[in-house]
Amino acid sequence: MLQAEGLAALRGERLVFERLSFAVPAGGALLLVGPNGSGKSTLLRLLAGLLRPDAGRLTWGGADAFADPQEHAARTAYLGHLDAIKPGLTAAENLRFWGTPSAVAEALAAVDLTRLADLPARMLSAGQKRRLAIARLPLARAALWLLDEPTLGLDAKAVGRFGELLAGHRAGGGIVIAATHLPLPLPGAAELALA
Amino acid sequence: MTRLLARELRLSLRHGGDTLAALLFFLLVAMLFPLAIGPAPETLGRIAPGIIWVAALLAALLPLDRLLAADLEDGSLDLLLLSGLHPATLAAGKAIAHWLVTGLPLLLAATPLAIMLRMPEAAIPALLLGLLGGTLALSLLGTAAAALVLGARRGGVLMPLLILPLAAPVLIFGAAAADAASADLSPRPHLLLLAAFLAFTLPTSLAAAAAGIRGAAEG
Repeated sequence: MLQAEGLAALRGERLVFERLSFAVPAGGALLLVGPNGSGKSTLLRLLAGLLRPDAGRLTWGGADAFADPQEHAARTAYLGHLDAIKPGLTAAENLRFWGTPSAVAEALAAVDLTRLADLPARMLSAGQKRRLAIARLPLARAALWLLDEPTLGLDAKAVGRFGELLAGHRAGGGIVIAATHLPLPLPGAAELALA
Repeated sequence: MTRLLARELRLSLRHGGDTLAALLFFLLVAMLFPLAIGPAPETLGRIAPGIIWVAALLAALLPLDRLLAADLEDGSLDLLLLSGLHPATLAAGKAIAHWLVTGLPLLLAATPLAIMLRMPEAAIPALLLGLLGGTLALSLLGTAAAALVLGARRGGVLMPLLILPLAAPVLIFGAAAADAASADLSPRPHLLLLAAFLAFTLPTSLAAAAAGIRGAAEG
């Protein structure tokens, strides 16, 4: 269970948000909604441990989540708005850092990219690159998935497959927190509105 | 760590042009000296250690520009930080990869270059030993500088200005070791000083690089 108490973030001199409190149980999902610039991405980076909170605390199972930054990083999978794809490597090679060849093949199958596994990533379309980035999530074997506009550029079929991934992750006790403007296949997700 | 190295080496091989560029730059810079100074063997042999050292220092700077900046721009750096590796381990992996694709080829190319420049053959082992420690120190310093200028505008211009003064001891002791060997003196004290500098650079560079990488992610 992930719990936030009174989180606040400053970017430069500007207060992005303050006094944010929420709790997500194991298997739960939280949708971050709000207009552009309301701090959804900042909150996700903060939850990932890439940014330090300027106030408040985050707990994981009751203990301070950031007490051991490496441990928190290991239980976190982050899908940013950048795909982090190396154009010179093939689709499969792009995932090699995150898993064994058999796990990579499985992850590619989960996003329907098996056919394109040996194609250089520069030949992939924007939606296919997004799917390749999504394939990293199950490879990370992390309990906490932080997703920044995960379905941007995906077609309806790919969103459906992504929904299966999310459902599988939640059925295993995983937590999903996603920032989005598009409807996501996350049944029963709580909403947190950022002003 | 091995997976990080495998990733870095695979990327370097796939972008072979960038990797080869540093080596060709090293050879070409060293070849300019005989053209500019003249081919007299006694003059060339006298200044050969200095030429090779300066050329190696400049060539080692070339790939630093993309060492971490490419990963920052496409979002890979965030993911590497979240892979559970300590930022200092990440920096060490980057430094080792830089040495393997830049330092090691320079080391291998140094012998034919030294012979071409008519350096006394007895001095070549001292030159290579010095270059071994020197290129390692340059990879570490370079990784730290590349991390510190991450996210800065015109970081590529700032980086050499940051590295070159710090690399001066490497150049001084390394070239002095090869010089001493050319003059039939013992290169040992210079090599020991170089080793001491390397021992000092190792922890400080990794700490600085880790702070730089973390700062860039927070940027």
